[in-house]
Amino acid sequence: MKKLLIALMTTVAALSVVATAEAADKLKACWVYTGPIGDFGYSYQHDQGRLQVEKALGDKVETAYLENVSEGPDADRAFERLAREKCKIIFGTSFGFMDAEVKVAKKFPKVMFEHATGYKTGKNLGIYNARFYEGRYVLGQIAAKESKKGLAGYIVSFPIPEVVMGINSFILGAQSVNPDFKVKIVWVNSWFDPGKEADAAKALFDQGADIIVQHTDSTAALQVAEERKLHGFGQSSDMIKFAPNAQLTALTDEWGPYYISRVKAALDGTWKPDNVWLGIKDGAVKLAPFTNMPDDVKAMAEATTKKIAGGWNPFTGPVSKQDGTPWLKDGEVADDGTLLGMNFYVKGIDDKLPQ
Amino acid sequence: MDITINILLTIATAATPLLIAAIGELVVERSGVLNLGVEGMMIMGAVGGFGAGYLTGSPWIGLLAAIIVGALFSLLFAVMTLSLATNQVATGLSLTLLGLGLSGMIGTSFVGQPGVRLPNLDIPGLSSIPVVGKLIFGQDPVFYISIALTAAVMWFLFRTRTGLTLRSIGDSHTSAHALGIKVIRYRYLAVIFGGACAGLAGGHLSLVYTPQWVENMSAGRGWIALALVVFASWRPWRVLAGAYIFGAVWIGQLHAQAFGIPVPSQFLSSLPYLATIVVLVLISRNKRLTMMNTPASLGQPFVPDR
Amino acid sequence: MRIELVKRPQRSALFSMLSPFIAFALTIIAGAIMFALLGVNPLDAFNIYFIQPISEVWQLHELAIKAAPLILIAVGLSVCYKANIWNIGAEGQFIFGAIFGSIIPVLFPQFEGPFVIPLMLLLGMIGGALYASIPAFLKTRFSTNEILTSLMLVYVAQLFLDWLVRGPWRDPQGHGFPQTIQFGDWAVLPQLMPDDGRANWGFVFALVAAVAIWLMMSRMLKGFEVRVLGSSPRAGRFAGFGFNRMVFFTFLLSGALAGLAGISEVSGAIGQLQPVISPGYGFTAIIVAFLGRLNPLGIVAAGLVLALTYLGGEAVQTALGISDKVARVFQGMLLFFVLGCDTLIHYRIRLIGLALTNGAAKLEAAPKLEEAR
Repeated sequence: MKKLLIALMTTVAALSVVATAEAADKLKACWVYTGPIGDFGYSYQHDQGRLQVEKALGDKVETAYLENVSEGPDADRAFERLAREKCKIIFGTSFGFMDAEVKVAKKFPKVMFEHATGYKTGKNLGIYNARFYEGRYVLGQIAAKESKKGLAGYIVSFPIPEVVMGINSFILGAQSVNPDFKVKIVWVNSWFDPGKEADAAKALFDQGADIIVQHTDSTAALQVAEERKLHGFGQSSDMIKFAPNAQLTALTDEWGPYYISRVKAALDGTWKPDNVWLGIKDGAVKLAPFTNMPDDVKAMAEATTKKIAGGWNPFTGPVSKQDGTPWLKDGEVADDGTLLGMNFYVKGIDDKLPQ
Repeated sequence: MDITINILLTIATAATPLLIAAIGELVVERSGVLNLGVEGMMIMGAVGGFGAGYLTGSPWIGLLAAIIVGALFSLLFAVMTLSLATNQVATGLSLTLLGLGLSGMIGTSFVGQPGVRLPNLDIPGLSSIPVVGKLIFGQDPVFYISIALTAAVMWFLFRTRTGLTLRSIGDSHTSAHALGIKVIRYRYLAVIFGGACAGLAGGHLSLVYTPQWVENMSAGRGWIALALVVFASWRPWRVLAGAYIFGAVWIGQLHAQAFGIPVPSQFLSSLPYLATIVVLVLISRNKRLTMMNTPASLGQPFVPDR
Repeated sequence: MRIELVKRPQRSALFSMLSPFIAFALTIIAGAIMFALLGVNPLDAFNIYFIQPISEVWQLHELAIKAAPLILIAVGLSVCYKANIWNIGAEGQFIFGAIFGSIIPVLFPQFEGPFVIPLMLLLGMIGGALYASIPAFLKTRFSTNEILTSLMLVYVAQLFLDWLVRGPWRDPQGHGFPQTIQFGDWAVLPQLMPDDGRANWGFVFALVAAVAIWLMMSRMLKGFEVRVLGSSPRAGRFAGFGFNRMVFFTFLLSGALAGLAGISEVSGAIGQLQPVISPGYGFTAIIVAFLGRLNPLGIVAAGLVLALTYLGGEAVQTALGISDKVARVFQGMLLFFVLGCDTLIHYRIRLIGLALTNGAAKLEAAPKLEEAR
C-alpha cells in the first residue's frame, strides 16, 4: 500500500514538473479577493476585471486568483504564495489586505504590487481606488426626483470613510434637487448577508422610505423593492435582472480598463507604483442604464454624470458639516486627503454617525 | 397600524427558516442524536432548491428539491454516525464543512441569475380583510408549512405511540433496545426528517426570503436553529416562540436604527444565547424538569450488541 | 443492504495502523473521480495538493502557522473527551484568550520590555480558562449539559469581540475600520527562523503542550484518573476520584490551551485584534482531536494533515484555477473517510446482503422473535 502510494507520488511529481515548465514566458498577473467570486458583488466585479484582462491581452498573460481570503494570517500567505509562484503583478482587492501586502511587497522587491482602497504605498506597491461617491451624487438627485415622500432608506455596512463619503455625496445630490430631502440609515455590520439586507430594506420601507440605496453587496434589498413596487439602486453589479421594474440605475465598479492598463504597463516594463483614484471619467465608476424613470429625470441624471465626468466634484462648497459649522467655502473643492479620512456627516443628515 | 402589520410580516419571514430547521433538529435530538451539521444541510437545501426552481421555472419543484437534497445530505450523516458509529460532534461539523464547499461548487453557474419566487398566498376576499387578512391569509406558503409542521411534531411526539417510542430512545437507547425497539431505524428516520426540514429551511431562503443564490447565504442561521432547540428545552411550541423572539429581536434592532435610536446591536444579538444558557440552567436545576425535557442519551453513539 | 457493526473484543492493532491509509486511499480515489469530472488531471491535482506544500521551506513555515492553533486546542480537548466531558466551546475560549492577552498591547501600549510577551501569554491562558470555567461551573453546580452551554458561549464570545473592536478598542487612527491598534514590537510573538519563513513560537508551544499532555496521560496518575473516570465514572468514584474536580480540571486545562492558542495567533500571526480572528479553529480542532484519536501525538500528525489540506487547497486554486470550493469539498471527503475508517478499529463491519434483509424483514414482522435477538 505504502509503496504503491510512494510510486504514485513520484510519478505525479515528475509529471507536474513538465506541466509547470510550459507556461514560463507569459506574464503572470494575480488577484486576491476577500469574498467568494460568487458573491455577485464586490469580489465578482474584480474577477470580471481579471477576465477582461485575459480577454484583452490573450496569450501574453496568464492569470490566477485566490478567493475567500480572510484578512489576517491567511492574507500574508496568499500574497507570499502568489509572489513565489512567479506572479509578476499582484492585485490585492480589499482594504484589510494592506499590512499583509506591505510586508510581502518588501520581501519581493521585483514583484509589482497593487492595493485597492488602502493608503500605504511602497517602492513596488501602488494603490488604486474608485470615486464611487461621484456616482452616489447622481443617485441622490434621481432619488429626490423619484421619491414621493422625500425620504430614502440607506443600507450600509461599516462606518468607514468610503461609506461615509458615499452617504454625504448622496444627500448633497438629493438636496440639490429637494432641500428637504431626508435619509434614514441602517447599519447592518456586514458587506454581505442577503437575509439581513432584505430585512433592513423592509424595515426602511415600513418606516416610510419609498426608495432604497445600499452600500452592501447583495441583490436582496432591490428584490424587496421590486416586490413592493418601489424603487432602488443596484450596487457593484448591474442588478436589473433581479429587479426589472425597481432598479433606477446601478452604481457599478468597472475594474477591467484599469487592470488592463496596469498589466500592459507591466508587460512593457513601464509599470511604476502609483496612487490613482479613478472616477466616472476614467470609466471605473459606471452608472447602469437609467430605467424606470421619466425622461426629464433621465436627462438630468445624464447631464450630472457628464458634468462630473468633465471634472466637477460633488464636494464643492458651500457645504456645512452636520452641526452647521462651515466645511467648504463657496466654490472650494474638498481635497482628497479629507475625503479619504472622512468621519463626519454633512448638514441634512439627521442620523448620528457611529463613532 | 400598517407598519405594525408589516413588522409582524417581516418577523414571520425571518423566523420561518429558523423555526423549520429547529423543529427538524428537535426531532433528531429527541431521538438522542446531535447533528451539528444543520448549517451544511440548510445551505445544500438552498442551492438545491434554487437550482431546481431556476432550471424548471417552478418554485414548487424547487421547494421539493430543497427537501430532497437536505434529506439526502443528512443520510450521509446518518450512515456515518448510526451505521459506522462515528463521533456525532465531529461528523456533524464535517458535514457543515462539506455542505458549505459542495453548495458553492454546485451553485457556481447560478450566481447572478434571478431565480423564481414562491408566490404569497392570496385568497380573494380573505387576504384583503383589514389587519388580519394579510397576516393570516397573505403570507408565503412555507410560513403555513412551518406552523403546520410545529403542530404536527407536537402531536407526533406527545400524542402518538411512535412519538413516545422515539422519545424513549432518546432517553435511553440501551433500555429501548432491550425492549426490542429498532433504535437505529428510528434514528435513521429522525435524522432524515431533520435533514429534510433543514433543506426546506434552506429552500425558504433561496426561494422566498431572498430569491437568489449566493455562496454562504445561510449566514449562520443553521447555528441559530441549533441554539433554538436548546433554548426551547426540546419543546416544539417553545421552539416556535423562540424563533419568533429571535426574529423580533433581529428585526426590532433594524427598526430601532431606522428610527434613529442607537442600539448596541451585539449586546441584543447575544441575548438569545445568554437566555438559552439561563433556560438550560433552570431546567437542569430541577431533576424532574430535566427528566421530562432533556434527551438523556443525546450525542452518545449506540451500537446494538447482539 | 444493511451495515452491521460487531464490536471487537479489543481494539484492532492492525486497523489502528491501516485505517489512515485506507482512508487516504479512498480519498485519493474519490478525489481522482472529482478532479477528472472537473477536467483536471488528478495526478497534477494531487501533486499540488499534497506534495508541493511540503516541498518548500516557506510552505513548511506556513504549515506550522496553520497547524499550531489546531494542535494546541485539540490537545486540550483530547483530555476533556477522554474524561467523557464535552467541551465544544473552544472557539469561544480561543477568542477570550486573545482578548485577555491583548489587554496589555491595546490598553497599555506604552508598557514595553521583554516581559510583555510572557505576561500576554499568561493572561491569554487565564482568559481562556476563565471562560471555560463557566460551563464547568454550570455543569458541576446545576448539572447543566456542557455541550450546549459551551457552544452557546461561543456566540457570546464572538459578539463580545465584535463589540470590542468596533467600539471601545477601535483604533482611533484606523479610518473607522473595525480593528485595534497594531501591537507594538514588544507585544509580537517572535518568529522562530525569520530568515526562512514566518513560523512563530506558537508552533513550539503546540509541540510542548502535546508532549506534556502525552506524558501526563500515559505516565502520570492524573492521566490514569482521567481515563478511569472517562470510561467508568462509577469505578472512578470508588477509586476516590472526584468527578466535579475532574470537570473543572479538564475544562480549565483545555480552556487555558485554547486561550494560549488565541493570544499566540493574535500576537504572532495577526498583530492586532479584528472582528474575526479565527476561521473556526476551535471547531476544526474538534475534528483534529478525533482524527488524532484523542492521542496527543496523533493530534500533532492530524493537525499537520488538516493544515496541509488548507494549504493544498490554496495551491490548487492558483496552479490549476480550481475554486476554493473544490478544495473544501476535498477536505470534507477526507474527513469523512478518516472518521469512517476509524470505525474499523473498534468494530468489524458486516454487510448484510439483500437476501438476508428480506429474511430480516420477515423477522421484524414478528416482534416477539425480534425480542429474542
